[in-house]
Amino acid sequence: MFAVLLEQTADGQRYIDWLVSGLGWTLALAFFGWWIAFAVGVIVGIGRTVQNRAIAALARLYVEIFRNIPVLVQMFLWYFVLPEILPVSLGNAIKQIPPPWGSFFPALVCLGLYTAARIAEQVRAGLEALPKGQVEAASALGLSGYLTYRHIVVPQALRLIIPSLTSEVMGIYKNTSVALTIGLMELTAQARQISEATFQTFTAFGAATLVYLALALIAYQGMALIDKAVRIPGTGPADDAVKPGATHAIQPIDSLPDAMEVVK
Amino acid sequence: MNNLDFSVVLQAWPYLWSGLVFSLALTAFAFVVGLVLGTCLALIQHFEVPVLGRLVRFYVALMRSIPLILVLFWFFFLVPIVLGHLGGSGRPVPIGATWTAFITFGLFEAAYYSEIIRVGLRAVNRGQFEACQALALSTFDTYRSVILPQVLRVASPIILSQTIILFQDTSLVYVLSLTDLLGAASKLAQLNGRLVEMYLLIAVVYLAISSAASQCVASLRKRYAIAGMRR
Repeated sequence: MFAVLLEQTADGQRYIDWLVSGLGWTLALAFFGWWIAFAVGVIVGIGRTVQNRAIAALARLYVEIFRNIPVLVQMFLWYFVLPEILPVSLGNAIKQIPPPWGSFFPALVCLGLYTAARIAEQVRAGLEALPKGQVEAASALGLSGYLTYRHIVVPQALRLIIPSLTSEVMGIYKNTSVALTIGLMELTAQARQISEATFQTFTAFGAATLVYLALALIAYQGMALIDKAVRIPGTGPADDAVKPGATHAIQPIDSLPDAMEVVK
Repeated sequence: MNNLDFSVVLQAWPYLWSGLVFSLALTAFAFVVGLVLGTCLALIQHFEVPVLGRLVRFYVALMRSIPLILVLFWFFFLVPIVLGHLGGSGRPVPIGATWTAFITFGLFEAAYYSEIIRVGLRAVNRGQFEACQALALSTFDTYRSVILPQVLRVASPIILSQTIILFQDTSLVYVLSLTDLLGAASKLAQLNGRLVEMYLLIAVVYLAISSAASQCVASLRKRYAIAGMRR
Protein backbone atom coordinates (compact mmCIF):
# COMPACT_ATOMS: atom_id res chain seq x y z
CA MET A 1 0.00 0.00 0.00
CA PHE A 2 2.98 2.28 0.55
CA ALA A 3 4.46 1.47 -2.89
CA VAL A 4 3.19 4.76 -4.27
CA LEU A 5 5.63 6.56 -1.98
CA LEU A 6 8.51 5.20 -4.06
CA GLU A 7 7.11 6.56 -7.32
CA GLN A 8 8.69 9.52 -9.11
CA THR A 9 7.23 12.96 -8.53
CA ALA A 10 7.01 15.73 -11.11
CA ASP A 11 10.21 17.29 -9.76
CA GLY A 12 12.29 14.11 -10.19
CA GLN A 13 12.25 13.07 -6.53
CA ARG A 14 10.24 10.29 -4.96
CA TYR A 15 7.18 11.00 -2.80
CA ILE A 16 8.98 9.54 0.17
CA ASP A 17 11.62 12.27 -0.22
CA TRP A 18 8.85 14.82 0.30
CA LEU A 19 7.88 13.07 3.51
CA VAL A 20 11.48 12.94 4.72
CA SER A 21 11.95 16.62 4.00
CA GLY A 22 8.72 17.37 5.87
CA LEU A 23 9.92 15.28 8.79
CA GLY A 24 13.16 17.27 8.80
CA TRP A 25 11.29 20.57 9.17
CA THR A 26 9.02 19.12 11.85
CA LEU A 27 11.98 17.84 13.85
CA ALA A 28 13.98 21.06 13.45
CA LEU A 29 11.02 23.13 14.58
CA ALA A 30 10.26 20.89 17.56
CA PHE A 31 13.91 20.55 18.64
CA PHE A 32 15.02 24.18 18.48
CA GLY A 33 11.60 25.40 19.61
CA TRP A 34 11.89 23.17 22.65
CA TRP A 35 15.14 24.76 23.81
CA ILE A 36 13.71 28.27 23.42
CA ALA A 37 10.62 27.14 25.32
CA PHE A 38 12.66 25.50 28.06
CA ALA A 39 15.00 28.46 28.60
CA VAL A 40 12.23 31.08 28.58
CA GLY A 41 9.86 28.82 30.52
CA VAL A 42 12.30 28.23 33.38
CA ILE A 43 13.06 31.95 33.68
CA VAL A 44 9.38 32.96 33.61
CA GLY A 45 8.47 30.11 35.99
CA ILE A 46 11.07 31.32 38.49
CA GLY A 47 9.83 34.88 37.95
CA ARG A 48 6.36 33.82 39.08
CA THR A 49 7.69 32.67 42.47
CA VAL A 50 10.06 35.53 43.43
CA GLN A 51 9.24 38.06 46.17
CA ASN A 52 9.59 41.10 43.87
CA ARG A 53 5.99 42.03 42.99
CA ALA A 54 6.82 43.73 39.69
CA ILE A 55 8.73 40.74 38.34
CA ALA A 56 6.05 38.31 39.53
CA ALA A 57 3.35 40.40 37.84
CA LEU A 58 5.31 40.57 34.58
CA ALA A 59 5.83 36.80 34.60
CA ARG A 60 2.11 36.28 35.26
CA LEU A 61 1.24 38.63 32.40
CA TYR A 62 3.51 36.66 30.06
CA VAL A 63 1.85 33.38 30.97
CA GLU A 64 -1.68 34.79 30.68
CA ILE A 65 -1.05 36.28 27.25
CA PHE A 66 0.80 33.40 25.65
CA ARG A 67 -1.39 30.69 27.13
CA ASN A 68 -4.75 32.24 26.32
CA ILE A 69 -4.32 33.07 22.63
CA PRO A 70 -4.68 30.10 20.25
CA VAL A 71 -1.36 28.99 18.81
CA LEU A 72 -2.68 29.48 15.27
CA VAL A 73 -3.56 33.13 16.00
CA GLN A 74 -0.11 33.65 17.54
CA MET A 75 1.39 32.13 14.39
CA PHE A 76 -0.44 34.75 12.30
CA LEU A 77 0.64 37.54 14.64
CA TRP A 78 4.32 36.64 14.23
CA TYR A 79 4.07 36.02 10.50
CA PHE A 80 1.64 38.69 9.21
CA VAL A 81 1.38 41.33 11.92
CA LEU A 82 4.90 41.68 13.31
CA PRO A 83 6.56 42.92 10.06
CA GLU A 84 3.77 45.51 9.69
CA ILE A 85 4.06 47.05 13.14
CA LEU A 86 7.86 47.17 13.18
CA PRO A 87 9.65 50.20 11.62
CA VAL A 88 9.23 49.97 7.84
CA SER A 89 12.85 49.15 6.98
CA LEU A 90 13.08 46.37 9.56
CA GLY A 91 9.65 45.02 8.57
CA ASN A 92 10.71 44.92 4.91
CA ALA A 93 13.93 43.15 5.85
CA ILE A 94 11.88 40.45 7.60
CA LYS A 95 9.59 40.07 4.58
CA GLN A 96 12.67 39.62 2.36
CA ILE A 97 13.80 36.43 4.13
CA PRO A 98 13.75 33.68 1.44
CA PRO A 99 10.88 31.13 1.45
CA PRO A 100 11.46 28.24 3.82
CA TRP A 101 13.22 30.42 6.41
CA GLY A 102 10.69 33.21 6.10
CA SER A 103 8.09 30.78 7.50
CA PHE A 104 10.45 28.79 9.69
CA PHE A 105 11.67 31.61 11.95
CA PRO A 106 8.23 33.03 12.82
CA ALA A 107 7.02 29.47 13.47
CA LEU A 108 10.06 28.79 15.66
CA VAL A 109 9.59 31.94 17.75
CA CYS A 110 5.84 31.32 17.98
CA LEU A 111 6.09 27.70 19.14
CA GLY A 112 8.99 28.48 21.48
CA LEU A 113 7.26 31.33 23.29
CA TYR A 114 3.85 29.60 23.34
CA THR A 115 5.27 26.41 24.86
CA ALA A 116 7.38 28.50 27.26
CA ALA A 117 4.22 29.80 28.93
CA ARG A 118 3.06 26.23 29.54
CA ILE A 119 6.47 25.14 30.82
CA ALA A 120 6.58 28.19 33.12
CA GLU A 121 3.42 26.95 34.85
CA GLN A 122 4.96 23.50 35.35
CA VAL A 123 8.16 25.05 36.74
CA ARG A 124 6.13 27.20 39.11
CA ALA A 125 4.15 24.16 40.28
CA GLY A 126 7.41 22.30 40.84
CA LEU A 127 8.90 25.18 42.84
CA GLU A 128 5.78 25.48 44.98
CA ALA A 129 5.67 21.74 45.61
CA LEU A 130 9.03 21.79 47.38
CA PRO A 131 8.89 21.79 51.17
CA LYS A 132 9.47 25.21 52.76
CA GLY A 133 12.32 23.78 54.81
CA GLN A 134 14.54 23.75 51.72
CA VAL A 135 14.45 27.53 51.38
CA GLU A 136 14.72 28.00 55.14
CA ALA A 137 17.72 25.69 55.38
CA ALA A 138 19.38 27.55 52.51
CA SER A 139 18.86 30.88 54.21
CA ALA A 140 20.11 29.42 57.52
CA LEU A 141 23.29 28.51 55.65
CA GLY A 142 23.58 32.14 54.56
CA LEU A 143 22.85 31.54 50.85
CA SER A 144 21.58 34.56 48.94
CA GLY A 145 18.27 34.46 47.09
CA TYR A 146 20.07 33.87 43.80
CA LEU A 147 22.22 31.04 45.17
CA THR A 148 19.18 29.42 46.80
CA TYR A 149 17.40 29.29 43.45
CA ARG A 150 20.53 28.32 41.53
CA HIS A 151 21.73 25.48 43.76
CA ILE A 152 18.82 24.38 45.94
CA VAL A 153 15.28 24.83 44.63
CA VAL A 154 15.51 25.01 40.82
CA PRO A 155 17.50 21.77 40.40
CA GLN A 156 15.03 19.93 42.63
CA ALA A 157 11.98 21.44 40.98
CA LEU A 158 13.19 20.56 37.48
CA ARG A 159 13.75 16.95 38.51
CA LEU A 160 10.26 16.81 40.00
CA ILE A 161 8.45 18.07 36.92
CA ILE A 162 10.03 15.86 34.25
CA PRO A 163 6.98 13.55 34.03
CA SER A 164 4.68 16.52 33.42
CA LEU A 165 7.12 18.03 30.91
CA THR A 166 6.55 14.91 28.77
CA SER A 167 3.16 16.25 27.71
CA GLU A 168 4.77 19.56 26.73
CA VAL A 169 7.31 17.72 24.55
CA MET A 170 4.42 15.89 22.90
CA GLY A 171 2.59 19.20 22.61
CA ILE A 172 5.35 21.05 20.81
CA TYR A 173 5.93 18.39 18.18
CA LYS A 174 2.20 18.16 17.49
CA ASN A 175 1.89 21.95 17.28
CA THR A 176 4.60 22.08 14.61
CA SER A 177 1.83 21.11 12.18
CA VAL A 178 0.24 24.54 12.75
CA ALA A 179 3.20 26.00 10.82
CA LEU A 180 1.63 24.68 7.60
CA THR A 181 -0.83 27.59 7.78
CA ILE A 182 2.03 30.04 7.16
CA GLY A 183 3.43 27.96 4.33
CA LEU A 184 6.07 25.80 5.98
CA MET A 185 6.14 22.39 4.24
CA GLU A 186 6.38 20.24 7.35
CA LEU A 187 5.18 16.66 7.69
CA THR A 188 1.41 17.23 7.62
CA ALA A 189 1.68 19.68 4.73
CA GLN A 190 3.78 17.20 2.75
CA ALA A 191 1.25 14.43 3.45
CA ARG A 192 -1.52 16.64 2.11
CA GLN A 193 0.58 17.54 -0.93
CA ILE A 194 1.24 13.86 -1.69
CA SER A 195 -2.45 13.08 -1.31
CA GLU A 196 -3.32 15.87 -3.75
CA ALA A 197 -0.68 14.74 -6.26
CA THR A 198 -1.43 11.01 -6.18
CA PHE A 199 -5.04 10.76 -4.87
CA GLN A 200 -3.67 8.06 -2.55
CA THR A 201 -5.02 9.88 0.49
CA PHE A 202 -5.06 6.82 2.70
CA THR A 203 -1.40 6.05 2.00
CA ALA A 204 -0.23 9.63 2.37
CA PHE A 205 -1.99 10.34 5.66
CA GLY A 206 -1.28 6.81 6.91
CA ALA A 207 2.46 7.27 6.41
CA ALA A 208 2.42 10.63 8.20
CA THR A 209 0.36 9.14 11.04
CA LEU A 210 2.86 6.30 11.49
CA VAL A 211 5.71 8.80 11.62
CA TYR A 212 3.92 10.92 14.23
CA LEU A 213 3.17 7.79 16.27
CA ALA A 214 6.83 6.82 16.16
CA LEU A 215 7.84 10.33 17.26
CA ALA A 216 5.35 10.17 20.15
CA LEU A 217 6.78 6.84 21.25
CA ILE A 218 10.35 8.14 21.08
CA ALA A 219 9.45 11.31 22.99
CA TYR A 220 7.62 9.29 25.63
CA GLN A 221 10.37 6.71 26.09
CA GLY A 222 13.07 9.38 26.02
CA MET A 223 11.40 11.40 28.75
CA ALA A 224 10.83 8.23 30.80
CA LEU A 225 14.56 7.45 30.55
CA ILE A 226 15.52 10.98 31.57
CA ASP A 227 13.07 10.83 34.46
CA LYS A 228 14.50 7.53 35.63
CA ALA A 229 18.06 8.85 35.40
CA VAL A 230 17.56 12.07 37.37
CA ARG A 231 14.60 11.26 39.64
CA ILE A 232 15.12 12.32 43.25
CA PRO A 233 15.38 9.02 45.17
CA GLY A 234 12.25 8.28 47.17
CA THR A 235 9.94 10.38 45.01
CA GLY A 236 8.51 7.69 42.74
CA PRO A 237 6.25 8.91 39.94
CA ALA A 238 2.68 9.22 41.08
CA ASP A 239 1.59 7.23 38.05
CA ASP A 240 3.36 4.07 39.15
CA ALA A 241 2.04 4.46 42.65
CA VAL A 242 -1.53 4.58 41.38
CA LYS A 243 -1.26 1.86 38.75
CA PRO A 244 -1.66 -1.13 41.07
CA GLY A 245 -4.72 0.64 42.48
CA ALA A 246 -6.22 0.75 39.01
CA THR A 247 -6.95 -2.94 39.07
CA HIS A 248 -7.51 -2.99 42.82
CA ALA A 249 -10.14 -0.32 42.61
CA ILE A 250 -12.53 -2.63 40.81
CA GLN A 251 -11.32 -5.80 42.47
CA PRO A 252 -13.34 -5.47 45.67
CA ILE A 253 -16.54 -5.73 43.66
CA ASP A 254 -15.49 -8.97 42.06
CA SER A 255 -13.74 -10.45 45.05
CA LEU A 256 -16.16 -9.46 47.77
CA PRO A 257 -18.84 -12.07 47.01
CA ASP A 258 -16.18 -14.77 47.43
CA ALA A 259 -15.17 -13.29 50.74
CA MET A 260 -18.79 -13.21 51.89
CA GLU A 261 -19.30 -16.83 50.91
CA VAL A 262 -16.33 -17.72 53.08
CA VAL A 263 -17.93 -15.90 55.99
CA LYS A 264 -21.19 -17.80 55.54
CA MET B 1 2.85 51.18 13.70
CA ASN B 2 1.55 53.96 11.48
CA ASN B 3 -2.11 54.47 10.57
CA LEU B 4 -3.82 51.68 12.42
CA ASP B 5 -7.51 52.09 11.67
CA PHE B 6 -9.85 50.23 13.95
CA SER B 7 -12.99 51.76 12.40
CA VAL B 8 -13.00 48.94 9.83
CA VAL B 9 -13.44 46.61 12.76
CA LEU B 10 -16.74 48.23 13.68
CA GLN B 11 -18.13 47.64 10.20
CA ALA B 12 -16.87 44.09 10.28
CA TRP B 13 -18.35 43.33 13.69
CA PRO B 14 -21.55 41.46 12.59
CA TYR B 15 -19.50 39.06 10.46
CA LEU B 16 -16.92 38.52 13.21
CA TRP B 17 -19.76 37.95 15.68
CA SER B 18 -21.22 35.17 13.53
CA GLY B 19 -17.73 33.66 13.42
CA LEU B 20 -17.48 33.79 17.19
CA VAL B 21 -20.90 32.16 17.52
CA PHE B 22 -19.69 29.33 15.28
CA SER B 23 -16.55 28.88 17.44
CA LEU B 24 -18.64 28.77 20.61
CA ALA B 25 -21.19 26.38 19.10
CA LEU B 26 -18.40 24.04 18.00
CA THR B 27 -16.88 24.21 21.49
CA ALA B 28 -20.22 23.47 23.17
CA PHE B 29 -21.01 20.57 20.83
CA ALA B 30 -17.55 19.02 21.21
CA PHE B 31 -17.77 19.46 24.99
CA VAL B 32 -21.08 17.60 25.31
CA VAL B 33 -20.31 14.86 22.79
CA GLY B 34 -16.73 14.54 23.99
CA LEU B 35 -17.69 14.27 27.64
CA VAL B 36 -20.47 11.70 27.14
CA LEU B 37 -18.43 9.61 24.71
CA GLY B 38 -15.27 10.11 26.77
CA THR B 39 -16.99 8.78 29.90
CA CYS B 40 -18.06 5.68 27.95
CA LEU B 41 -14.52 5.18 26.62
CA ALA B 42 -13.09 5.60 30.12
CA LEU B 43 -15.53 3.04 31.57
CA ILE B 44 -14.76 0.55 28.79
CA GLN B 45 -11.07 0.82 29.69
CA HIS B 46 -11.80 0.82 33.40
CA PHE B 47 -13.76 -2.45 33.22
CA GLU B 48 -11.09 -3.90 30.92
CA VAL B 49 -13.76 -5.10 28.47
CA PRO B 50 -12.12 -7.80 26.30
CA VAL B 51 -11.01 -6.65 22.81
CA LEU B 52 -13.03 -3.42 23.04
CA GLY B 53 -10.85 -2.19 25.91
CA ARG B 54 -7.71 -2.64 23.84
CA LEU B 55 -9.27 -0.95 20.82
CA VAL B 56 -10.29 2.02 22.94
CA ARG B 57 -6.82 2.28 24.45
CA PHE B 58 -5.31 2.30 20.95
CA TYR B 59 -7.81 4.90 19.77
CA VAL B 60 -7.03 7.20 22.69
CA ALA B 61 -3.26 6.81 22.26
CA LEU B 62 -3.58 7.48 18.53
CA MET B 63 -5.66 10.63 18.97
CA ARG B 64 -3.25 11.93 21.58
CA SER B 65 -0.16 11.35 19.44
CA ILE B 66 -1.09 12.96 16.13
CA PRO B 67 -1.70 16.66 15.50
CA LEU B 68 -5.30 17.88 15.41
CA ILE B 69 -4.76 19.31 11.91
CA LEU B 70 -3.89 15.84 10.63
CA VAL B 71 -6.95 14.43 12.42
CA LEU B 72 -9.10 17.06 10.68
CA PHE B 73 -7.61 16.07 7.30
CA TRP B 74 -8.21 12.37 8.09
CA PHE B 75 -11.86 12.90 9.01
CA PHE B 76 -12.47 15.22 6.10
CA PHE B 77 -11.36 12.33 3.89
CA LEU B 78 -12.70 9.34 5.86
CA VAL B 79 -16.11 10.41 7.18
CA PRO B 80 -17.82 10.58 3.75
CA ILE B 81 -16.45 7.11 2.92
CA VAL B 82 -17.55 5.60 6.25
CA LEU B 83 -21.00 7.19 5.97
CA GLY B 84 -21.28 5.79 2.44
CA HIS B 85 -20.60 2.29 3.72
CA LEU B 86 -23.00 2.72 6.63
CA GLY B 87 -25.66 3.95 4.23
CA GLY B 88 -25.18 0.77 2.21
CA SER B 89 -24.62 2.52 -1.10
CA GLY B 90 -20.82 2.22 -0.82
CA ARG B 91 -20.48 5.63 -2.45
CA PRO B 92 -18.90 8.46 -0.42
CA VAL B 93 -21.49 10.82 1.06
CA PRO B 94 -20.26 14.42 0.88
CA ILE B 95 -21.15 16.06 4.19
CA GLY B 96 -19.25 19.32 3.95
CA ALA B 97 -16.59 20.89 6.11
CA THR B 98 -18.93 22.09 8.88
CA TRP B 99 -20.18 18.61 9.75
CA THR B 100 -16.66 17.27 9.44
CA ALA B 101 -15.49 19.78 12.00
CA PHE B 102 -18.29 18.94 14.44
CA ILE B 103 -17.76 15.19 14.14
CA THR B 104 -13.97 15.47 14.35
CA PHE B 105 -13.94 17.68 17.43
CA GLY B 106 -16.49 15.49 19.20
CA LEU B 107 -14.52 12.29 18.58
CA PHE B 108 -11.12 13.93 19.13
CA GLU B 109 -12.03 15.55 22.43
CA ALA B 110 -13.61 12.28 23.62
CA ALA B 111 -10.11 10.83 23.71
CA TYR B 112 -8.82 13.67 25.90
CA TYR B 113 -11.82 13.69 28.27
CA SER B 114 -11.71 9.90 28.59
CA GLU B 115 -8.12 10.08 29.75
CA ILE B 116 -9.03 12.63 32.44
CA ILE B 117 -11.97 10.53 33.64
CA ARG B 118 -9.97 7.31 33.56
CA VAL B 119 -7.38 8.84 35.88
CA GLY B 120 -10.21 10.19 38.04
CA LEU B 121 -11.73 6.70 38.33
CA ARG B 122 -8.41 5.37 39.61
CA ALA B 123 -8.29 8.06 42.26
CA VAL B 124 -11.61 7.09 43.87
CA ASN B 125 -11.11 5.65 47.32
CA ARG B 126 -11.60 1.91 47.48
CA GLY B 127 -13.87 2.34 50.50
CA GLN B 128 -16.47 3.91 48.22
CA PHE B 129 -16.75 0.69 46.23
CA GLU B 130 -16.86 -1.37 49.41
CA ALA B 131 -19.59 0.83 50.88
CA CYS B 132 -21.69 0.41 47.72
CA GLN B 133 -21.19 -3.33 47.95
CA ALA B 134 -22.29 -3.26 51.58
CA LEU B 135 -25.44 -1.38 50.52
CA ALA B 136 -26.03 -4.06 47.85
CA LEU B 137 -26.04 -1.54 45.03
CA SER B 138 -25.76 -3.02 41.56
CA THR B 139 -22.64 -2.20 39.54
CA PHE B 140 -24.71 0.17 37.40
CA ASP B 141 -26.09 2.04 40.42
CA THR B 142 -22.66 2.10 42.05
CA TYR B 143 -21.17 3.93 39.10
CA ARG B 144 -24.15 6.08 38.25
CA SER B 145 -24.99 7.32 41.73
CA VAL B 146 -21.77 7.09 43.69
CA ILE B 147 -18.57 6.81 41.67
CA LEU B 148 -19.12 8.92 38.54
CA PRO B 149 -20.56 11.96 40.38
CA GLN B 150 -17.43 12.04 42.54
CA VAL B 151 -15.12 11.57 39.58
CA LEU B 152 -16.80 14.35 37.61
CA ARG B 153 -16.66 16.68 40.59
CA VAL B 154 -13.01 15.99 41.35
CA ALA B 155 -12.02 16.17 37.69
CA SER B 156 -14.16 19.20 36.83
CA PRO B 157 -11.34 21.78 37.04
CA ILE B 158 -9.20 19.68 34.67
CA ILE B 159 -12.19 19.02 32.40
CA LEU B 160 -12.93 22.75 32.23
CA SER B 161 -9.27 23.63 31.57
CA GLN B 162 -9.32 21.10 28.73
CA THR B 163 -12.46 22.80 27.42
CA ILE B 164 -10.66 26.17 27.33
CA ILE B 165 -7.91 24.52 25.28
CA LEU B 166 -10.67 23.04 23.10
CA PHE B 167 -12.10 26.53 22.52
CA GLN B 168 -8.66 27.72 21.39
CA ASP B 169 -8.20 24.63 19.22
CA THR B 170 -11.43 25.33 17.32
CA SER B 171 -9.42 28.03 15.51
CA LEU B 172 -7.74 25.16 13.63
CA VAL B 173 -10.90 24.67 11.51
CA TYR B 174 -9.23 27.47 9.52
CA VAL B 175 -7.52 24.65 7.55
CA LEU B 176 -10.97 23.50 6.38
CA SER B 177 -11.73 27.12 5.27
CA LEU B 178 -14.59 27.38 7.74
CA THR B 179 -15.81 30.72 9.05
CA ASP B 180 -15.10 30.58 12.75
CA LEU B 181 -13.79 33.69 14.54
CA LEU B 182 -10.33 33.35 12.99
CA GLY B 183 -11.74 32.32 9.61
CA ALA B 184 -14.05 35.35 9.56
CA ALA B 185 -11.18 37.68 10.46
CA SER B 186 -8.90 36.22 7.84
CA LYS B 187 -11.56 36.42 5.09
CA LEU B 188 -12.29 40.04 5.96
CA ALA B 189 -8.57 40.84 6.14
CA GLN B 190 -8.18 39.59 2.58
CA LEU B 191 -11.11 41.76 1.44
CA ASN B 192 -10.24 45.05 3.11
CA GLY B 193 -6.48 44.62 3.51
CA ARG B 194 -6.72 45.50 7.22
CA LEU B 195 -4.89 42.39 8.33
CA VAL B 196 -3.03 43.92 11.28
CA GLU B 197 -6.16 45.33 12.91
CA MET B 198 -8.16 42.14 12.27
CA TYR B 199 -5.63 39.74 13.75
CA LEU B 200 -4.84 41.97 16.71
CA LEU B 201 -8.55 42.31 17.45
CA ILE B 202 -9.33 38.61 17.44
CA ALA B 203 -6.19 37.92 19.49
CA VAL B 204 -7.65 40.23 22.14
CA VAL B 205 -11.07 38.54 21.88
CA TYR B 206 -9.58 35.06 22.33
CA LEU B 207 -7.40 36.36 25.18
CA ALA B 208 -10.36 37.95 26.97
CA ILE B 209 -12.61 34.89 26.69
CA SER B 210 -9.94 32.34 27.61
CA SER B 211 -8.50 34.24 30.56
CA ALA B 212 -11.95 35.09 31.94
CA ALA B 213 -12.81 31.39 31.67
CA SER B 214 -9.60 30.33 33.42
CA GLN B 215 -10.31 32.77 36.27
CA CYS B 216 -13.73 31.15 36.70
CA VAL B 217 -12.17 27.69 36.74
CA ALA B 218 -9.67 28.81 39.38
CA SER B 219 -12.42 30.10 41.67
CA LEU B 220 -14.58 27.01 41.05
CA ARG B 221 -11.66 24.84 42.03
CA LYS B 222 -11.51 26.57 45.41
CA ARG B 223 -15.27 26.50 46.02
CA TYR B 224 -16.22 23.01 44.96
CA ALA B 225 -13.33 20.92 46.21
CA ILE B 226 -14.65 17.91 48.14
CA ALA B 227 -13.48 18.33 51.71
CA GLY B 228 -10.74 15.89 52.63
CA MET B 229 -10.12 14.76 49.07
CA ARG B 230 -6.88 15.75 47.41
CA ARG B 231 -7.24 18.49 44.80
